[in-house]
Amino acid sequence: MVLYLARRLSASALILVGVTIVTFCLTFLIPADPVAMIAGRNSTPEMREQIRIQLGLDKPLVEQYVSYAQRLARGDFGTSYARKSEVGPLIASRLPATLLLMLGAIIAELLIGIPAGLYAASRRGETGDKVAMTLSFLTVSTPQFVLGLSLLYFFAYLLGWFPLSGYGSLSHLILPAVTLGLAGGGWYSRMMRSSMIEILRQDYIRTARAKGMSERRVMLVHALRNAILPVVAMIGLDVGIFMSGVVVVENVFGWPGIGQLMWQAIQSLDIPVIMGVTTVAALFIVAGNLLADLVAPLIDPRIRLR
Amino acid sequence: MPVRVKKMRQDKKQQLLSVEGLSIGFATEEGPIRVVEDISFAVASGETLGLVGESGCGKSVTAQTLMRLLPSPPARIEAGRIVFEGTDLAQAGEARMRKIRGNELAMIFQEPMTSLNPTMTIGAQIGEALLLHRGLGAGQARPKVLEMLTQVGIGRPEKRFAQYPHELSGGLRQRVMIAMALICNPRLLIADEPTTALDVTIQAQILELMKALQRDSGIAILLITHDLGVVEEMCDHVVVMYAGRIAEAAPAATLFARPRHPYTAGLLAASPRNARRGATLTTIPGTVPPPGKRGQGCSFADRCARALERCRRDVPPLMDHDKVGSDRPNLASTIDSNNLARNLREKPVSAFSHPAPGDEHRVACWNPVP
Ligand SMILES: Nc1ncnc2c1ncn2[C@@H]1O[C@H](COP(=O)(O)OP(=O)(O)O)[C@@H](O)[C@H]1O
Ligand code: SF4
Ligand SMILES: [Mg+2]
Repeated sequence: MVLYLARRLSASALILVGVTIVTFCLTFLIPADPVAMIAGRNSTPEMREQIRIQLGLDKPLVEQYVSYAQRLARGDFGTSYARKSEVGPLIASRLPATLLLMLGAIIAELLIGIPAGLYAASRRGETGDKVAMTLSFLTVSTPQFVLGLSLLYFFAYLLGWFPLSGYGSLSHLILPAVTLGLAGGGWYSRMMRSSMIEILRQDYIRTARAKGMSERRVMLVHALRNAILPVVAMIGLDVGIFMSGVVVVENVFGWPGIGQLMWQAIQSLDIPVIMGVTTVAALFIVAGNLLADLVAPLIDPRIRLR
Repeated sequence: MPVRVKKMRQDKKQQLLSVEGLSIGFATEEGPIRVVEDISFAVASGETLGLVGESGCGKSVTAQTLMRLLPSPPARIEAGRIVFEGTDLAQAGEARMRKIRGNELAMIFQEPMTSLNPTMTIGAQIGEALLLHRGLGAGQARPKVLEMLTQVGIGRPEKRFAQYPHELSGGLRQRVMIAMALICNPRLLIADEPTTALDVTIQAQILELMKALQRDSGIAILLITHDLGVVEEMCDHVVVMYAGRIAEAAPAATLFARPRHPYTAGLLAASPRNARRGATLTTIPGTVPPPGKRGQGCSFADRCARALERCRRDVPPLMDHDKVGSDRPNLASTIDSNNLARNLREKPVSAFSHPAPGDEHRVACWNPVP
C-alpha cells in the first residue's frame, strides 16, 4: 500500500511540473503583449522597457521559468493585469463556489447514472433499456450551454422552481449542478450498464443465484459492488472534465467561481489570471486522478496487492 | 405452480430426485437446438449417482437445469419432469425455486477460482444462505459458519472467515464452496466436476472430504465428472451420457464389471484393469457430434464398431436387456421426441419410464455388448 501510494504520488508530482511548463509556454502563445497592456496606449518606449525589465521578460527563457516556478512554489501567482490585484487571493476567493458546484455535479451524475445503468442492465434488450440508453445518448451529446439554457428556461423562467441565477442556497445550486453533471450521468449510466452486464455473466453470480437469492439481491449485493468499481474510478477523472464545463456553466448561471473568472480573464487577455486558474485546475485534475487511484483498492481488495 | 406428483410405485429405496424424460433446448442465432434429449434417472436419499460423459455431452446443462439456473430464454425445458421431494421443479415458479436453491438442493461448480465473489469475505459468503433461508442475523450466523469451516477441514476458521477469496488456494476455495453449499443441510448436493480444475493430490482430498461429509450427514450427491476413476471410487450408481442422451445406466459395480453399451465398453477397455482416476473419456477414435449434428439414429453410430443398419435410422430406446419381456421397456424413450411434450401431457403418469436406478442395467443400444 505504501509503495502503491509512493508510486502514484511521484507520478502526480511529475505531471504537475509538466503542467507548469506548458502554462508557462502559454504566455508566448497568447497573442497579446503584456507590456503594452500594463503600460497603456500612451506609454513611451522607455516606460515599456522599464516594465519589461520589471517583469523579467528581458532574461533568458529558462531563467524566466525558474523564477516563475519559484514564485509558484511560494503560492505567488503574480498580479492581475486587468484588476491590478494579487491572483492568488483572487482565485482563492472564487474557489469555494466552484468546488461546491463540482460536488453538486458529482452527486447529480451519480444519482442519475447509477440507478439508470442498473435499471437498463436489469431490463437488457427491453424497451426500458432502450429508452434509458437513448436518453443517456442525448445527455452526452447535448452541448452544455444548450442544456443549461433549456433547464434555465423551463425550470427557472417558466415554472419558477429555481432562481434564474446567483449563488448562496441549495436551490441556486441544483440547476447548474445538474447541467454540469448530466453528461457525466449519461456516461455513468452506460458504463454502469455494460459493467453490470459483464459482472452478471461471472461465475460467482451463478453461485449467488444457486444460494436462492432473488435477482434483485443478486444485483444489489453481489453485482453492484463489483460493477461500480470502474464507475467510481472515473469520479476523480470527472474533475478534469468538469474544469472545462465549469467555464460554460458558471457563465450561464452567473455562478461566481473560477470558471467565470477564467472567462473574464480570457476576454481581457489577463495572462497571470489565465495561468493561475490553469495551474489550479491542473492541480485539481491531478488530485482527482490520485483520488481515483486511492479509492479503487478500498472497493476491490485484489488491487491492494499490485 | 409447483405440481405435486403422486407416488408412482413402491421403491426399494426412497427416491429423492427423479428426472423423467427431460429434454432441454436452447434458442440460438442459428435456430433452436436440442442439447439434452429425453433423459431419465433417479437419485436415492444418501446415495451418490455419477453422471459421466465427454465434455459437451450436456452434463452441466442438465445440472443447472435441475437447479433452474439457466436463463430462459435462451434455455428451455422442452419436455419432462424433475421431481424433487414431491415437487416438479420443471414447473416450479421462481419464488418456489428460490426457497429450494441453497436450502434443500445445493450445487458446487467446476471453477473454484471464479465461483466466489472477489469483493466479499469468505465468512459473509458462506453465511449468506443462513440469512436467506433461516432468517438469521450476521452475528447469529457466524458461529455456524465457523463450525462449517471446521467441518470442511479448513484450519484457523476465525482467520479464514475474514479473508477474501484471492487469499486462498484453489483447494481451499473448493472447500469454501462445499461449506457454502452445505451450510443449510441440503438433501442433495449437485457437484459439477468439483475436482476437474484442481491438481491430483488436492482432488483426492476433496473427494475424501465429500465422502466423509456424506457419511456424517447422509446427503445424496449427484456427482458430475468425466473421470471414470472418480466414478469407481465415489459412486453407487452411474449414468453414462453421450451426445445429450443416456447411453447406459447401472449400479457402479455392474457397469464396471460388465459394460453393455459399446461406448462404455470402449472407454473401459481403453484403460487396462478398468479405469483409474485420471483416465478420462477421450480414448475412443472420433469426436462427439455437437447438438444439431447428431443425425437421426444412434448418435454414436459413426464411432461404433457394432453398428447395424438400423442404428442409423432409429434411436435406440433405453431398456434393461436382461429383463426384456418381463419388464416394461422404456416407453418415454421410444416416443418420437417431437411429440414428447404432447405425450407427456396426455399419457397417464404410469406410462413414464421409471427412472429408478435400483439394480437395473439399462442400455440404449440396438446391438449391446453381450
Ligand atoms: N447458452 C447456450 N446456448 C447454446 N448452446 C449451449 C449453451 N450452453 C451450452 N450449450 C451447448 O450444450 C452442450 C452441452 O454443454 P455442457 O452441458 O456444458 O457440456 P458438459 O457435459 O461438458 O458439461 C454443448 O454442446 C454446448 O455447446
Ligand atoms: S445402437 Fe448401434 S450404433 Fe449405437 S451404440 Fe448400439 S450398436 Fe452402436
Ligand atoms: Mg460441464
